[in-house]
Amino acid sequence: MSKLVLKNGLTFEGKSFGADKSSAGEVVFSTGMMGYPESLTDPSYKGQILVLTYPLVGNYGIPDKKFWEAEKIMISGLIVSDYINTPYHFQSKKTLSDWLKEENIPALEIKDTRLLTQIIREKGTFLGKIVNGENIDFYDPDNENLVEKVSVKDIEIKSFSKSARNILLIDCGAKKNIQRAFSKRGVNVITVPWDFDLTKPNKLPKIDAVVISNGPGNPKFVGQTIENIKKLFKLNIPVLGVCLGNQLLALAAGGDTKKLKYGHRSQNQPCIMDGTNRCFITTQNHGFEVSIIPPNFKTWFTNANDGSNEGIIHKRKPIMSVQFHPEATPGPHDTEWIFDYFLTRIKSKPRSDLGYARIKVGPY
Amino acid sequence: MKFSKVIILGSGALKIGEAGEFDYSGSQAIKALKEEGIKTVLVNPNIATIQTSKLLADTVYFLPVTPQFVEKIIKKEKPDGILLSFGGQTALNCGLELNEKGILKKHKVEILGSPISAIEISEDRQKFANHLLRTGISTPVSQSAKTIAEALKIADKIGYPVMVRSGFALGGQGSGIAQKETELKQILNIGFSFVSQVLIEKYLHHYKEIEYEVVRDSFDNCVTVCNMENMDPLGIHTGESIVIAPSQTLTNYEYHTLRSIAIKIVRSLGIVGECNVQFALNPNPKDGHLEYFVIELNARLSRSSALASKATGYPLAYVAAKLALGKSLTELTNKVTKVTQFCFEPALDYVTVKIPRWDIDKFKNAEQGIGSSMKSVGEVMGIGRTFEEAYQKAIRMLDLDFEGAISTDVSENKSLNIKKLLVSPTPNRIFIIAEALYRNFSVEKIYSLTGIDPWFIYRIKNIVDEEKELLKNKSLNRNNLLHLKQLGFSDKRIGALTSQTGLDVRKIRKRLGILPYIFQIDTLAGEFPAQTNYLYLTYNGAHNDIKGSGKKSVIVLGSGPYRIGSSVEFDWTSVAAVQRLKKHNKDSIVINCNPETVSTDYDISKRLYFEELTFERIADIYEFENPFGVIVSVGGQTPNNRAKSLKKYGCNILGTDPANIERAEDRSKFSALLDKLSVDQPAWDKFNTLKKATEFAEKVGFPVLVRPSFVLSGSNMKIIYSKDELVKFFEKISVISSDYPLTVSKFVEDAKEIEIDAVAQKGIIKVFAVSEHIENAGVHSGDASIIFPPQKIYLETMKKLRQISENLAKTLSITGPFNIQCLAKDNDISVIEINLRSSRTFPFISKVTGVNFMDIAVDAFFNSCGDETRINFASYNFVAAKVAQFSFSRLTGADPVLDVEMTSTGEVACFGEDVEEAFLKAELSVGGKIPEKGIFISLGGDENKINFLNMIEHIKSLSLPVFATERTSKFLSENGLPAKKLYKIHEGKSPNILEYFQRGKIDLAINITDYYLKRDVDDDYHIRRFAVDHNISLFTNLKKAGLFVKALSTKKIDNLPVKSWDEYKSS
Ligand SMILES: Nc1ncnc2c1ncn2[C@@H]1O[C@H](COP(=O)(O)OP(=O)(O)O)[C@@H](O)[C@H]1O
Ligand SMILES: Nc1ncnc2c1ncn2[C@@H]1O[C@H](COP(=O)(O)OP(=O)(O)O)[C@@H](O)[C@H]1O
Ligand SMILES: [Mg+2]
Ligand SMILES: [Mg+2]
Repeated sequence: MSKLVLKNGLTFEGKSFGADKSSAGEVVFSTGMMGYPESLTDPSYKGQILVLTYPLVGNYGIPDKKFWEAEKIMISGLIVSDYINTPYHFQSKKTLSDWLKEENIPALEIKDTRLLTQIIREKGTFLGKIVNGENIDFYDPDNENLVEKVSVKDIEIKSFSKSARNILLIDCGAKKNIQRAFSKRGVNVITVPWDFDLTKPNKLPKIDAVVISNGPGNPKFVGQTIENIKKLFKLNIPVLGVCLGNQLLALAAGGDTKKLKYGHRSQNQPCIMDGTNRCFITTQNHGFEVSIIPPNFKTWFTNANDGSNEGIIHKRKPIMSVQFHPEATPGPHDTEWIFDYFLTRIKSKPRSDLGYARIKVGPY
Repeated sequence: MKFSKVIILGSGALKIGEAGEFDYSGSQAIKALKEEGIKTVLVNPNIATIQTSKLLADTVYFLPVTPQFVEKIIKKEKPDGILLSFGGQTALNCGLELNEKGILKKHKVEILGSPISAIEISEDRQKFANHLLRTGISTPVSQSAKTIAEALKIADKIGYPVMVRSGFALGGQGSGIAQKETELKQILNIGFSFVSQVLIEKYLHHYKEIEYEVVRDSFDNCVTVCNMENMDPLGIHTGESIVIAPSQTLTNYEYHTLRSIAIKIVRSLGIVGECNVQFALNPNPKDGHLEYFVIELNARLSRSSALASKATGYPLAYVAAKLALGKSLTELTNKVTKVTQFCFEPALDYVTVKIPRWDIDKFKNAEQGIGSSMKSVGEVMGIGRTFEEAYQKAIRMLDLDFEGAISTDVSENKSLNIKKLLVSPTPNRIFIIAEALYRNFSVEKIYSLTGIDPWFIYRIKNIVDEEKELLKNKSLNRNNLLHLKQLGFSDKRIGALTSQTGLDVRKIRKRLGILPYIFQIDTLAGEFPAQTNYLYLTYNGAHNDIKGSGKKSVIVLGSGPYRIGSSVEFDWTSVAAVQRLKKHNKDSIVINCNPETVSTDYDISKRLYFEELTFERIADIYEFENPFGVIVSVGGQTPNNRAKSLKKYGCNILGTDPANIERAEDRSKFSALLDKLSVDQPAWDKFNTLKKATEFAEKVGFPVLVRPSFVLSGSNMKIIYSKDELVKFFEKISVISSDYPLTVSKFVEDAKEIEIDAVAQKGIIKVFAVSEHIENAGVHSGDASIIFPPQKIYLETMKKLRQISENLAKTLSITGPFNIQCLAKDNDISVIEINLRSSRTFPFISKVTGVNFMDIAVDAFFNSCGDETRINFASYNFVAAKVAQFSFSRLTGADPVLDVEMTSTGEVACFGEDVEEAFLKAELSVGGKIPEKGIFISLGGDENKINFLNMIEHIKSLSLPVFATERTSKFLSENGLPAKKLYKIHEGKSPNILEYFQRGKIDLAINITDYYLKRDVDDDYHIRRFAVDHNISLFTNLKKAGLFVKALSTKKIDNLPVKSWDEYKSS
């Protein structure tokens, strides 16, 4: 019998539909109803066993790799209530079960995912493990630098137009859609590893702005990136942080972060833009929050449900970050405008009047 | 707050396409307004609704929702705002007209919520298509037409098949798919009788149909509260489709692309409040690019929004009303969690499946097919954590004796043409799919025939496969039984498959510790705790979210789906009972499964179980809650039917002992009881041979009323006028045997029908009211026009009625509500039936008398009634008339005649100084029109003609051209009413009736049939049907027609007094 064992001793028996192996991590739940292929490949889930609260999972199979958020599955294990093994969709290439097995990720069907969710909600996130036969130790992803594991190893440039502006994407575990979102807007995206230091000599073209991506784990373990961001401030270059990027930016600027009880993992988080009546529905996936706003910054967005910080913006300079995911996938597109806004804050203009041949991106 | 008094337009009577959902939306809107201290004025003649109760609107007008009346109300009440989007298409159309005529501006009434331009654009299909084109959003290729010729030309251009759609209509009226020109002409002929513009559109074959419910505030915050996927493909109206929330087969990209487009459209129109956007989505786009089309946007609360509210726990109508007042979404706290915001999109951790309820069988000659125009009369919603669980629950909720996805009626009927039935859907289609799977049709094959996404077919296949498995090995163990329950199988079905009773299975199940768990609907999938108790049961769990509430609670069983014969009136009685329980310090627990109801709003009761009203489920809840007792007599016949089994199982039934309920409902037992009490009843008996039945009929004399006890399809009851007819009837009825005998009663002609509504406590009457029918017996009491206080009942008769009621109450030891139907001829009274439950007329009687019968009924349950509340019939200086709403025009082919079988879908009631005034207002409320062009009359037989004589003067005074069939015209002309003769349709000569109908020369038709006459061609049927298809007011009952004509000649519509409910009081 397969089971999910929590650190506090609670055990859920389940039916395995993934790889036949054991796996440990932090158990977190997500309430998003859509986009399991996107979620499973989101590098922010590194080190985590993901519980999906929506009960039916697998409905439309798994599409081609080009629609994923990373090259492979990022979660350590998957827990659902009801696995559907008869997917039907014109884009489906394989079943979820086959995919998980191919990628050697265990997955369990336990009926009462709601109980598990309630336990996490009340007690906070737990360490846990999926046990398929072999018993293994618990594993705490908060005690190491996970970013290092999911970041690119080398500089990557997907496509390049000489006339377009250049954005440096510091990859702390970036979802692919961040790059797609900028490419769609006619800018070059140069992806660099998490510890890349722009102030050191490099062969890169002139960089117009920097984006610090999302990523997994505790921001305080990513000291190198924080140091590099401090150096960026001196360059006076526009900076946008997303999710983990928000936390790293805050730490670099002199703010602080702390762990949330059970995090925000969903596609329906309302964020109010400070000083307005505007509320945006956002996708989120994080376990830490910015708890102290750094000097010279102000609150940009606040979570309408629990009042936690959802973004900060420099009082004068084009430096800003958001805790949610404007790139969505999965989730609503409502805050994609953050990218547009960020681009308007970049002073340098495209290098030619011809502009940039808009390339069509997106899952289709 | 900017507004101090707001007028709200309701939707009037329940009809196909516009039903109970607008009681829910209007009620929530009124609540939302009252919280802000705004005075509310409600115009809604639907007296059975909860919104027209004392506890909601401040002032109620039981008057037609038409510009004429609403203008007068505005003049009188001087409101500063008006809400148009909470009363369906009726309210919206009325509002549009008021605006167009400048009435709102003139009286400085501001339209709250969406701007009128948004409504105009979204209602006019051509304008809407143009608007989307400008906004860069795709709609199907289409063009609007105002004449048939124009439409044919457009269709040629687009290419057949084409889709016909009409604007400003509801429930797909006048729409249809035309494969070729002749079909198009047919659709248009009917369509143009109802609307002036149609859209001819490219027909999109087997696309997915997806809906989004969108909310927007005046600060441009915009969220989609729910998306829903129709299991049935495009081409089957969303109201006729099985609908799943949330969508199941859409990828993240598809879901969010459509969502973004929905929001874009809503923003572009400036909607404030709630609206619904429908999409067509190509399941197999040629080049792999997402291909979608926008089908329509409804800039108002709709059936879908009611469903979405119940599916998510997000009270859309309440929020929409707040936003209409100018509030921001960010100001509104989520009522479920009490800490989070309404500015969010609910996350579900369950699925909901809605299935429509049809009653097409009840209509003689009606076509069974379903399509782009609505025919269903109600719906249910199953909630579960697997699709199978929710789906099988929903099927049982229909209350049609189906145990789940597989119907034995279908599987035993080997003559069915499965393939044909898969291609041309009927209400039976879900069972046909299961049967096809049983017969090993492949999933792909079923997909190509039905257009239903294989995902759903695989789920149904899963159910079928499990059944097959169980049939192979019938032993039940913890594993297979739990698995079956997780897939939503009922104990009864499992029992049937394993040769035992449902109760046996229940015992085994409990011994094995297999119990359902109770989960809350919390809008956030467990992320935040819920403070309300909106609940469902599931076997896909291992814990309960709540604890049983114990003896301080009382379970109230709701009505289940709306259907012919049971609708919003039983929601009113349920909610009224729930309210009264507070007085007895009991926490109410409601069980109901109908998403259109107010009783399923989670703030009505302490706990709401959105669940089946089956014995199994009620018993599960009862055992878990361990309540003080259960009320079975306020939700109509469905809960009443559970009384016996619940009692036997050991549940405490509040009110009359189920043994006595049985004595009243079992025809033989009741008959014996009446004999014992020396109360008359029409002679009757049961027969299983034609010979004996004929002997009886000849002894008591024709006509007789026959009721088969087993009905396959078609009508139940029938009046038989001759021996010949009886012989034919026997030939037609397939099953007459000693198990299924035929009941034959003497049909009492020319009898007055009387309705008694009352409450008793331990056999003593505590309140008692009598009302009378306009039509003679022979028109079902649900279809009849009912008058209170009675005008034509002798004092002597009254005394007798009272005596009979007292005797019955005492003998049956009644505690709680009851209703008796009687026939009176001269001073002789006979009883036709007694119902030991609240009846259809309870809201009407309660509201008209000012005495809430439900309050007294609940007090009776607790043995705390005081002295009888006397109703003094003479003290009312007004008359109220309740009139039925018919929806014949939507049921292609159905014979629109009043008969012993109920066919109406709703009702209204209006007040007046006399019967004529009250009746005229009520008739206008159900769509009746004052004739202005011409009157057609056809009177069958001599008796009908003689009885018509006293109407001639009234018709004359209308000074309208009169047309009639040959003999009728002769008769009328001879009696001083010149009438132009028209040929009957089958005579094939000119000028004929159809021509005059088609040319719009006639707007009132009176067709009275003589049932003794034998005919080869049923011309009367054709006349009636053509009248309905050409939107001509039709009367088929002499008494009702007489009253209408008299009212027309004695009343002037312009002078009809406009008074609120409060202004009609007993002296
Ligand atoms: N172009 C089309 N091709 C096929 N079916 C259509 C098309 N347009 C509408 N329908 C079907 O007709 C139904 C009714 O149309 P709709 O415009 O939604 O009418 P209503 O306003 O009465 O809801 C839709 O639910 C859909 O199933
Ligand atoms: N013996 C009878 N003579 C004349 N009319 C009758 C007789 N029995 C029933 N009816 C008519 O038929 C209608 C329906 O009969 P009823 O027994 O009340 O059916 P239901 O159970 O559907 O209410 C009554 O409202 C009445 O108008
Ligand atoms: Mg529609
Ligand atoms: Mg519509």
